[in-house]
Amino acid sequence: MTLVKARTPQIIAGNQKPLFTGNDWDFDTIRRIHDACEAVAGPQLGLSWYPNQIEIITAEQMLDAYASIGMPLFYKHWSFGKHFAQHEAGYRRGLMGLAYEIVINSDPCISYVMEENTATMQTLVIAHAAFGHNHFFKNNYLFRQWTDAEGILDYLDFAKGFIARCEERYGHQAVEQVLDAAHALMSQGVHRYPRKKRPDLASEQRRERERIEHGEQIYNDLWRTLPQKTGAVRSDLAAERRKALLELPQENILYFLEKVAPRLRPWQREILRIVRLVAQYFYPQRQTKVMNEGCATYCHYRIMNALSESGQITEAAYLEFLQSHTNVIRQPNYDDRSYGGHNPYAIGFAMMQDIARIAEQPTEEDRAWFPDIAGVGDAMAVLRDCWENYRDESFIQQFLSPKLMRDLRLFHVVDDPEEPELRVEAIHDERGYRKLRRSFARQYDVAWLDPDIEVVDVDLEGDRRLILHHKAINRITLQKDDAKRVLQHLADLWGYDVVLKEVEPATGAVLGEITASARPIFF
Amino acid sequence: MHIVDRRLNPGGKSLPNRQRFLRRVKDVAQRAVRESAREKDIKDLGKDGRVTVPVDGVREPRFSRQPGTGLQDHILPGNKTYVEGDTIERPPGSGGGRGSGEGGEGGENSEDAFRFVLTREEFLELFLEDLELPDLAKRRLAVVETEGLRRAGYTVTGSPANLALTRTLRNSMSRRIALKRPKPDEVAALEARLDALAEGHPERPDLEQALFRLRERAKRIPYVDPIDLRFRRFEPYPRPIAQAVMFCLMDVSGSMTEHMKDLAKRFYILLHIFLTRRYRHVEIVFIRHTDRATEVDEETFFGSRETGGTLVSSALVEMKRVIAERYDPNDWNIYAAQASDGDNVSSDGPTSTELLRSHILPACQHFAYLEVGDENGPRAGFVEHRTTLWRTYEAIAKAGGPIAMRKVNHRREIYPVFRELFGRKEGRAEAEA
Repeated sequence: MTLVKARTPQIIAGNQKPLFTGNDWDFDTIRRIHDACEAVAGPQLGLSWYPNQIEIITAEQMLDAYASIGMPLFYKHWSFGKHFAQHEAGYRRGLMGLAYEIVINSDPCISYVMEENTATMQTLVIAHAAFGHNHFFKNNYLFRQWTDAEGILDYLDFAKGFIARCEERYGHQAVEQVLDAAHALMSQGVHRYPRKKRPDLASEQRRERERIEHGEQIYNDLWRTLPQKTGAVRSDLAAERRKALLELPQENILYFLEKVAPRLRPWQREILRIVRLVAQYFYPQRQTKVMNEGCATYCHYRIMNALSESGQITEAAYLEFLQSHTNVIRQPNYDDRSYGGHNPYAIGFAMMQDIARIAEQPTEEDRAWFPDIAGVGDAMAVLRDCWENYRDESFIQQFLSPKLMRDLRLFHVVDDPEEPELRVEAIHDERGYRKLRRSFARQYDVAWLDPDIEVVDVDLEGDRRLILHHKAINRITLQKDDAKRVLQHLADLWGYDVVLKEVEPATGAVLGEITASARPIFF
Repeated sequence: MHIVDRRLNPGGKSLPNRQRFLRRVKDVAQRAVRESAREKDIKDLGKDGRVTVPVDGVREPRFSRQPGTGLQDHILPGNKTYVEGDTIERPPGSGGGRGSGEGGEGGENSEDAFRFVLTREEFLELFLEDLELPDLAKRRLAVVETEGLRRAGYTVTGSPANLALTRTLRNSMSRRIALKRPKPDEVAALEARLDALAEGHPERPDLEQALFRLRERAKRIPYVDPIDLRFRRFEPYPRPIAQAVMFCLMDVSGSMTEHMKDLAKRFYILLHIFLTRRYRHVEIVFIRHTDRATEVDEETFFGSRETGGTLVSSALVEMKRVIAERYDPNDWNIYAAQASDGDNVSSDGPTSTELLRSHILPACQHFAYLEVGDENGPRAGFVEHRTTLWRTYEAIAKAGGPIAMRKVNHRREIYPVFRELFGRKEGRAEAEA
């Protein structure tokens, strides 16, 4: 797949003075670059974004930012020190380059750009982050539903201060143990679906009244003569009621612990809440890697081309841009030594390009596959609609076209341990398109990728043993060592015994069981 | 749109995290530091503080799926030859499918060892932790040396180097104002007026008279008078310090092979790092000997070559001389570390014993003897040959002298032995038990 698009001859009338020449930039250049990008992003692409804040940082500060998962402020924990040491070692030995930018989903949208970047790179990252990502953050439904861009920095500030005060008051070690345990359960600390709103007292009363009225209306004395229910059914009802009260089954384990764990102290609950809310804030990003990067890459590609066509960036700068652009969207084949999975930039960008093509120059095949968007003409409107209303899984499921599957030469291999060999299940042909697309989309379904673990039951009045189930889809079990450690953390927080059962959802057969008992470290 | 320049913000935002991390891995890092010190050239210690820490202590466990169990799907790009229904042989040694990026066998082991770089400070801190000079406290209480000066106001006498210029000139100025010393401007003005007048003008004599008086007055009242002078005063004050001196005695005679000298030097370099880093007030005396001993400087001690016979007592005599000359045992904590291959002229034994027993050991807080041996060590099956010097010293040690003895054959043993000799009391008792 080649990306060097045949360039249209420069429009003489649009020939403007270049924004910069050479590699050097100053703040004035950055401002001009931003304004030029804005002039393309608004009228031509129809993007909408949070106000931009561009911050210039050094390499060391970039490493710092890496270590605190990209956020400008964060609470202190040794694991961030570990990541810093890892990144630093990699960077110093030259194994790893640093990112050119980091962008934060906040309002105003903060983009960190490195001081080492050349003027061209600054243009690229501003187009990419300050407009591409920014548009996506502001408009995508997942971000709108789950994250509060205005409040996040204030909340992190609170979290940092709260944890620092806890460290002062209860000691480093006590706080560290809670954080360790909470981090272990972080990916089980998100709500995947919006929860039911709790009814308030007035509506409860109203419903109660309606229920009584309804009961009066249908009153029939005959019901009184029916035999009583047996005891067994009643105890079953008690269990049902118990589960309902605890909102079980519950997949958000951190939420469950925060609300129900019997022995945690208030500050420990608050720390669990902080970790849970941070996890929730990042959850949309995990679900939209391909789309987010695809959107940003497509935007920077369009903006850079527009700037080049109007003469605002020079030929030399354009070539420099193309070089890093093609680097970013490189997708090695599966048998290539550098293959490390799918490159979200490559898939995302290729799909955006493909959708634009379908909207503007559809083939017969496209018309059959995508009757809604084929040939509608306005590619940007179609793309903006995608960016707003889909996440990776649904986006691929909906828009991966047969042409792109052929271009990427995708194929599906099934690895069944019961069989001696791997089997090619589907390839990029007429019979395979739909199967291929379905299983490819599933690879981006976070709910499918993360192990599905739920708190199933606990008898708070009895032995308080917490029972969890892992739904072992396709009989894929958990990684034993790590699961044991995580379960130990969970038991420590819970304060009593914990058991995790690996259950095959289809048959209900139990494939394995891990247990852990609480250590007396928190109480 | 705002542009913010963050480059000038204070760096090291991760420092607290790094400290937490180091505290977390302290035990493992310490072990790793000591491991790395074994094979490394001791001179390079701390220059390159790269440490590999096994991942166990810093593992961050998460629930994850076990690769190679159950039915796994892989979608791969770049198909060339496969069609639907083809079977592919399983890649050897892996349970998972081929090319399964994240899910492959690498999943479990990719974090096996974790490398990171310590700063020189951090490295040495871990490296030298728990080491100390034994019994240093014994005389610390007794010795309250007058050392150190501090500023204490001004004085009217002193050395020119301590002249307090501002203070002196301020005094001078107030004196000049008080005594009405004519200013140079006044004199100049008068001179100008005098020049302007023609020769024989009636006012001239008066003016001349006035000018003369001014000049006379300026001469009598000097610009700076000795009574203006002020000097910064420094006052000595007592500062309790532990004064210690370490004697390094090294045998460089012909019987010492290159290997043995290497061992001894390594030992002393380690000692040197330890002393200079841990104690600010430790003096080090280097003595090397063949059949005669000389006190040398650091360079010569570590660098130069010499050969000759062996006479251990010569080094002891030299040490005794230096002690008598410069280090009064009443004021100093005295330590000695001797390295030798153990060869000595047998007739020298009684002399050495006598010297040690009656002069050196009573003055010393601690005497460490390191015997360096062949690389291959004692041959298996043979009873270890005890050297002359070892037997001599052993007798003294048995009699209860403050002497510690160790034998080293390979350079990887240097550091453990060093720790045994200078580890904290509890640690040492354990090591010996």
